[in-house]
Amino acid sequence: MRMKDDPLNIVITGVGGQGNIQASHIIASAAVRGGLYVSVGETYGATQRGGVVMSHVRLSEETQYGPLMPKGKARVILGFEPVECLRTIGDFGNRETRALVNPRPVYPVDVLSGEATYPVVNEVLSAIKELVYSVHVIEATELAKQAGDTLMQNIVMVGCLAASGFTPLRIDIVTEIIKEIFAKRSPEANLKAFELGVKEIRRNRPL
Amino acid sequence: MSQVEVDEPGKRILLMGNEAIARGALEAGVSFCSGYPGNPASEILETLAKVAKKFNLHVQWSVNEIVALEAAGAAAAAGLRALTAMKNLGANVCADFLMTVNLSGTRGGFVMVTGDDPSAHSTTTELDTRNYARFADIPLLEPATIQEAKDMTKLAFDLSEELGVVCMLRTVTRLSHSRGVATLGSMPRQKRVAEFSSQDMWTSGSSAIACMFHGLLHEKMARAQQKFDESEFNHYVGRENTDFIIITSGTGWLYSLEAVKLLGLQDNVGILKLGTTWPLPKKLVAKHLKHAKEVLFVEEIDPFLEQNVKMLTAELLAEGIRPIRFYGKKSNHIRSEFGPGTGEMDVDTVIRALVEIRNLEYFPREKEYSEKALKAVGSYVPTRSMGLCAGCPHRASFWAINKALKWDGRDGIVTADIGCYSLGLLPTGFSVEKTLHCMGAGIGTANGFGNLKSFGLDKPVMAISGDSTFYHACIPALINAKWNRANVLFVVLDNNTTAMTGHQPHPGSGIDAFGSSCAKIPIESVCEGIGVPVRVADPFDVDKAVQSLYEMLQTEGTKAIIFRHECPLTEARKKEKRPTVHVDQDRCIGDECGCVRFCTRVFKCPANIWDSVKGKAKIDEAVCTGCGLCADLCPAGAIILEEVK
Repeated sequence: MRMKDDPLNIVITGVGGQGNIQASHIIASAAVRGGLYVSVGETYGATQRGGVVMSHVRLSEETQYGPLMPKGKARVILGFEPVECLRTIGDFGNRETRALVNPRPVYPVDVLSGEATYPVVNEVLSAIKELVYSVHVIEATELAKQAGDTLMQNIVMVGCLAASGFTPLRIDIVTEIIKEIFAKRSPEANLKAFELGVKEIRRNRPL
Repeated sequence: MSQVEVDEPGKRILLMGNEAIARGALEAGVSFCSGYPGNPASEILETLAKVAKKFNLHVQWSVNEIVALEAAGAAAAAGLRALTAMKNLGANVCADFLMTVNLSGTRGGFVMVTGDDPSAHSTTTELDTRNYARFADIPLLEPATIQEAKDMTKLAFDLSEELGVVCMLRTVTRLSHSRGVATLGSMPRQKRVAEFSSQDMWTSGSSAIACMFHGLLHEKMARAQQKFDESEFNHYVGRENTDFIIITSGTGWLYSLEAVKLLGLQDNVGILKLGTTWPLPKKLVAKHLKHAKEVLFVEEIDPFLEQNVKMLTAELLAEGIRPIRFYGKKSNHIRSEFGPGTGEMDVDTVIRALVEIRNLEYFPREKEYSEKALKAVGSYVPTRSMGLCAGCPHRASFWAINKALKWDGRDGIVTADIGCYSLGLLPTGFSVEKTLHCMGAGIGTANGFGNLKSFGLDKPVMAISGDSTFYHACIPALINAKWNRANVLFVVLDNNTTAMTGHQPHPGSGIDAFGSSCAKIPIESVCEGIGVPVRVADPFDVDKAVQSLYEMLQTEGTKAIIFRHECPLTEARKKEKRPTVHVDQDRCIGDECGCVRFCTRVFKCPANIWDSVKGKAKIDEAVCTGCGLCADLCPAGAIILEEVK
């Protein structure tokens, strides 16, 4: 694995229950197997579900970094939810940031109860586009459904990241890791979700 | 196979901080492990429980932290190596025992791991448990990396055994819940035998004996200090004799390194990283204070190092040390939006302190970009409040409590406790709860509120607790309520697990830390034993639940009701497929119904969403657990539950 940016800072952001931590675990494990120094910081607070969940994954060839990246230093943002992607850009984005975003909203309880409004998704995506180097919109929930369960949208997104060329991750190593992690729970569906992600990013054009 | 059991010394693996602590304990030859679940420390015991059979360990979830510490202390007194792990507030619970076992000492290595939570991500306070190490005067270790989490756990056992005193290892959320690479060490091959004979004595004594042990403790700590002055976990990076140094511990180490690098200050700022922080390694610190004109402290939560180093500096005055300007929490340079000594540490906090002290400039991105990004967030991003999960039985319980209080009409008071159901303070639980403190404080404070009638406060009082919390801290308070005639309805929300901390079993689950079946201590039996009238109800049977609550509120004295329904997250794991729920598009007539969007606006389950195009209710299939409560409550009967065959 060779890296241009060192440390390479990746943020995975979404909502509790979207498989955020599993995704960061797969990415980090693949990077360790590729010989890199890896630090992962997870922010998940008190809620099991419903709250903001964010993982910082920091890769380096040189040294161990702390679990939290400094503000404005994300190279890649993997957004499992559109407004969470934008929220993360507010803190960690910059003009060189590459964003991969699942456009499917997960509505906050504040929106459902009528105390806040959820913005039009296309406007959120345009705002993201204005702030980053590139943004790929990935219909990850739909692709996960094709693989057997909408919950595997995180694996679809990992597939997109692995084949995006934005990181030094190797597809063969990530595949190995997925096989190992899901060994007891039939890895086939997850491998299918991963492959759908890989295929999607190869044909997907940035906004 | 779990990663932590790999027996390949020298192998590099990815570990979570808590797994690294567990691995360090295994490498140290731990035999006895106990604890009570609590973020961010829960995974230490969980990891050890998974490998307990292979390594012949005793691992127990104890009923609370003091019992955990006492049990581990006894194992260590019998010569075994023993560990107990807890969250920050757990240290308070076991403080009584800690303040005596520090004197009585230990034969086998005895390690107490405390998990602090700067920024209070998942607890009710930013307590700094390092103060307990100073308070009890026991050795304190603060790992800074995943590798150190493993290696310093092993050191803690060795040190404890050598000095004969319990040793504290302090971790924080950003270490416990982060992942990184650790190089594995070797596993011990020899098993220990527990011994305690009639010739043995294990006590802190009293009067002269207690004072003698106190003196012995000070001698042990003097030896600890000598060892700490030589410890490999304390080191200095930077130019020797630089006049600006950072003194840091724990997570502050990597943040300080990165901040100094980003500001290009490697030649001007030295960093003294301390892994052993109580007793302070005085000789080592003094050596670096002698070349410093300015010192910045970077540490999580309290100004602990800051105070201890300042005291040392006062001692060094007689040796002619030159004046030093100190920066940190006391000077307001290390602060969060809530002020100094609050919030967690990060690279940006260290950068800001250095920028302010040294009059530097640092812009992570152009000003124009930052303004644009913040404006976009302000315009589009809604707040995302904490909420109960889809299908949570607590939502049903809070619904029933809210309704029963309205029927009762006397403006009843609800005191709450620690667990998922603490969210009853928020709109997700219809804001029924009015007080929240520590484990057991719900029924504890109800002993006061329920005894104020003669002072003019004549309202019904409900105390809420969860199932695990009931066993942990509520039983003495319930006995007290009965004994002192408190007028309280005690509501126990029993979802058959310790849900908040990741679904650990408790004494009512009928399973132990290994997942094996064991004795079950039903909550209702405990209540009956105390003589408190008790009912059991399913909160999803809402009408009956409301009726029961209302009836019990009309009676005097102490009484209890248990709302029993399994947590949907543990239930879902047992099922191959979830039942599905959908909205009958013909029956839902949207805003014409008159229900004011009951499912989304009133009931507030995150799986109930609104289709603004059709103007009708909808189910988010990616979130719904299929509990079907909304189907029972929908006034139009438009929500349909389909059981899976």
